[in-house]
Amino acid sequence: MTPRSRLHVPHPPARPGQEPDFSYLKISPAGAVIRPDVTASARDMETLSLEMVRVLGDDHRAVGPWNPHLEPEELQVGLRHMLLTRLFDDRMQKIQRQGRISFYIKSTGEEAVAVAAGMALQPTDMLFPSYRQQGLQVVRGRNLVELMCQCLSNTHDMCKGRQMPIMYHWGSGNIFTISGNLATQFPQAVGWAMAAAIKGEDRIAASWLGEGSSAEADFHYAMTFAAVYQAPVILNLVNNQWAISTFQGFAGGEHRTFAQRGPGYGIPGIRVDGNDFLAVYAVTQWAAQRARQSGGPTLIELVTYRAGAHSTSDDPSKYRPKEEWRAWPLGDPIIRLKQHLIALGEWSEERHARLEKELDAHVSAGWKEAESYGTLTSGPSLDPLTMFEDVFKEMPPNLKDQQRELRELREAQGGTRSAAPAPSAAGKR
Amino acid sequence: MARMNMVQALNSAMDVMLERDPRVVVLGEDVGYFGGVFRATDGLQRKHGEHRVLDTPIAEGGIIATAIGMGVNGLKPVAEIQFADYIYPGYDQVVSELARLRYRSAGDFSAPVTIRTPCGGGIRGGQTHSQSPEAVFTHVCGVKVVMPSNPYDAKGLLIASIEGEDPVVFFEPKRLYNGPFDGDPHKPAVPWSAHPRGEVPEGHYTVPLGRAEVVRPGKDVSVLTYGTMVHVAEAAVRATGIDAEIVDVRTMAPLDVETLCTSVCKTGRCVVVHEATRFSGYGAELVATVQERCFWNLEAPVLRVAGWDTPYPHAFEWDYFPGQARIAAALKQVTEAA
Repeated sequence: MTPRSRLHVPHPPARPGQEPDFSYLKISPAGAVIRPDVTASARDMETLSLEMVRVLGDDHRAVGPWNPHLEPEELQVGLRHMLLTRLFDDRMQKIQRQGRISFYIKSTGEEAVAVAAGMALQPTDMLFPSYRQQGLQVVRGRNLVELMCQCLSNTHDMCKGRQMPIMYHWGSGNIFTISGNLATQFPQAVGWAMAAAIKGEDRIAASWLGEGSSAEADFHYAMTFAAVYQAPVILNLVNNQWAISTFQGFAGGEHRTFAQRGPGYGIPGIRVDGNDFLAVYAVTQWAAQRARQSGGPTLIELVTYRAGAHSTSDDPSKYRPKEEWRAWPLGDPIIRLKQHLIALGEWSEERHARLEKELDAHVSAGWKEAESYGTLTSGPSLDPLTMFEDVFKEMPPNLKDQQRELRELREAQGGTRSAAPAPSAAGKR
Repeated sequence: MARMNMVQALNSAMDVMLERDPRVVVLGEDVGYFGGVFRATDGLQRKHGEHRVLDTPIAEGGIIATAIGMGVNGLKPVAEIQFADYIYPGYDQVVSELARLRYRSAGDFSAPVTIRTPCGGGIRGGQTHSQSPEAVFTHVCGVKVVMPSNPYDAKGLLIASIEGEDPVVFFEPKRLYNGPFDGDPHKPAVPWSAHPRGEVPEGHYTVPLGRAEVVRPGKDVSVLTYGTMVHVAEAAVRATGIDAEIVDVRTMAPLDVETLCTSVCKTGRCVVVHEATRFSGYGAELVATVQERCFWNLEAPVLRVAGWDTPYPHAFEWDYFPGQARIAAALKQVTEAA
């Protein structure tokens, strides 16, 4: 037979109508992975990129060297943040379905990724999230009303109507402005961290991107610069298995773990159970300590599952089994932390139900307030003439002319027109 | 003939070409199994196989660069960039590579790559799902730039692009995918089935690149436009009752100077309309060409109606969009000038 090359086309383990199959996922037992000293050489910890750091066992007990030994009160705060994030997401999705906001992206099933990491960092550390880490805002105490007003593009919108929903920013809370273009924030976080080192500060940066967007060149810029300058940065790769319709094999996850890319650049790579609150907390704390001691960057692969659609424009039943999320072997981060607290004797189903009710009421109250500042279709609305501001620090003449033209046009038309609903764009990200 | 919306017409063009020419391959994010986020490649992988319709990693630079490699090696790649707003990571590959391979190798190498990408606003997509970046490609020597305004042209132009030997950046105004949107968001959507250019042959045909089309004859003023704005201009003309001649540019590079300037020399007045921002926009090229060729026939200054020079906002979409009112005002201004 004449030898010939043949293209390999990755296939996900299951498509609609087939049985979910996660046998490809290598899972280490809880407590089984070593915890090197934060000063150890990247070369001596390559095993961390192959194994999976896990703290919570099947019996809901915390075990092993990565157990961060958090107080029950801290665990309860973590549970509260994750639950609030989920309830907020659920509410916003419902509101989008009612046509009251144009678009939404949930983080359902991967709340621990943002919440545990956010809690393990200092409030002064700078965060460069992608669009699925709203848990970071919750951890840092953001008023939900502000997030809702952004989604509504209303008179209290922090973005002044310029961004699609969920593209938040929070300068005073040290959370960078979210971009709709993928992976761009990753090397920017490295630059921020380099500046912190140049200035001699002990602040560090952390960034998040999805496994899908790790195919973008920006990921490799980030890794190269972080490695070259040993920048104090934590690079989080959220492997939630799906990038819209393409599974993680299309990002290069079939043959190697994403964490293994770290050692390739001379950076420690740690693969962690992204649905294990304690494990995510522990590896983030480890990486932060290392960065603060001039130990340089860490790449963390957070293995999780995108339990919902990519966005409100997406229908995952077209490309993956409808019930695939039920078969996800790493479970639900909220349920796992809840069970752990119950096992510790520090929580109960009753308290959980009470908390859920309390947080739901909190979300409802927030929504009521947010709506009073206007919606896409009714109520007070932002002045369209503000759209010409902030293009530059000082408005140049051509924009002043255009602002005047729009003012005259609106006056001729008799003031404000109500906004019209528009068809949603599939696949917006 | 069949009734098709623009998505179906584009799908049909790729289907026809995959069938006719074994060198044609389609690649892009979500285009394979899923059929594309706008469904433009729906069913193509099932029909033509996963070696000819490929899902790709999320890397626009990688998509365009590998398409170039495939093109150099004898294939005719049709690459989809999911939104024109995402094309910039591939910009270096277009500008420094795709556009210049033939020139720098004195004809030894070339890559007949077609890059399809949805553009334009009107879908509440904010600044990362609404841009019209045609001018940053028309300024590049060595790529053709196309933007159809209806299903018939979309299919014919896409087939012509794929069959051609030069690289093409093919912009698809996504607000036109399902119907001829006239700029009025308060009106119920009109489907393509009610439009004559929603009649599309099922088989192979081409609409040649480099040819503009007079879509409405008239004698008072020429409106030079393309994409979504063709329909917005038509509505504005109807509303004002001005007898305007509307020219659909269709191919921005190379430009059909003859058709455009014949019209302007006849009417003596001209308004240029595009959705993209105004400053250094493609309209500047049209205005410059018109004044070079038609100066002695002009009765009034040539005006531009374009997007404001700001990023595309999420709120105030209809204050940003250069709608009928702004076109009507410009038409009145040029026709009332002495």
